[in-house]
Amino acid sequence: MTTGTLDPTTLWIVIIGMAFGSFALRFVFIGLVGNRPLPPWLLRHLRYTAVAILPALVTPLVIWPSATDGQPDPARLAAATVTITVGYFTKNVIAGMVSGAATLLVLIYLLG
Amino acid sequence: MSSTTSKSWFWTGFRHGIPFVLVAGPFGTLFGVLATETGLNLTETMIFAITVFAGAAQFTALQLMQEHAPVLVVLASALAVNMRMAMYSASLTPYLGAAPFWQRAIAAYFTVDQSYACSVAMYEARPEMNVPERMAYFMGVVTPLAPMWYLFTLMGAVLGKRIPESVAIDFALPIAFLAMIAPMLRTPAHVVAAVVACVTSILAAGMPFNLGLIVAGIIAMMAGAQTELVIERRKARR
Repeated sequence: MTTGTLDPTTLWIVIIGMAFGSFALRFVFIGLVGNRPLPPWLLRHLRYTAVAILPALVTPLVIWPSATDGQPDPARLAAATVTITVGYFTKNVIAGMVSGAATLLVLIYLLG
Repeated sequence: MSSTTSKSWFWTGFRHGIPFVLVAGPFGTLFGVLATETGLNLTETMIFAITVFAGAAQFTALQLMQEHAPVLVVLASALAVNMRMAMYSASLTPYLGAAPFWQRAIAAYFTVDQSYACSVAMYEARPEMNVPERMAYFMGVVTPLAPMWYLFTLMGAVLGKRIPESVAIDFALPIAFLAMIAPMLRTPAHVVAAVVACVTSILAAGMPFNLGLIVAGIIAMMAGAQTELVIERRKARR
């Protein structure tokens, strides 16, 4: 992992942009739109934003991990599979995280 | 309206918010640790966590800054992760829209997955609640949550530098994301969106400036919305 290579200007643009942007997203309807109904097509797309962006972000990280210089790694693939499986069936974020982390640590220890 | 009932609704919300501290704890700590590893100092980490106050989006921005993605891509991706907050805001409006402006502004800042989910469930179950009572309940839910989020972030940022390299912290973020995604897969449409996102992100991985993420996100979102339409039409036909 690269440490201390962040450009401070970039960082502050991101922090300020996200602070205003996140507030705007939360405020837009409750603060400004009031009780006017929203078009159904818009709500239908908004429903899937998180479940679209997050897997798209995480998939390359799982398949080509930075720690192994982009080589697919059995321990990390197994940990990812366990996390998503446990998380899906228990609907419990912490259970998914703990079982995934445990799988990774055990496999790294065993596989060396 | 009587302030006594508002007060008791606040404490009901407070009790309902307490279990979420168990979730905020590990995520806040992890954000603090990873922010420190990415090169943010204590002040930057805390200003980030307090002003943005949205875990998944904060992690997204952190990951993309580490990959040296262009600022616009970082912002667009992180805010896309937060788009669901706009949906929450829309869905809370019929219940809280009549509250004073300053209260709505405060509630907007504290709109997160947990406060939204608790509040809407309660408002639907108890239609007799008035607006001040609803606002009191909403603020009750976030009262144990928000300070703990800040506190655990601070703890993670302080601890961050002391974690030895041998611990596979590089993979903490993917695991955290996967754990967040899994319980979101409530309907077939959500599953379709997620699967399309995975496949498209692999196919689009070669795109410059991390644009593959945006492209995959948009295609997956449309896939989810379309699947929902198809399922609804099939149900209507029966």
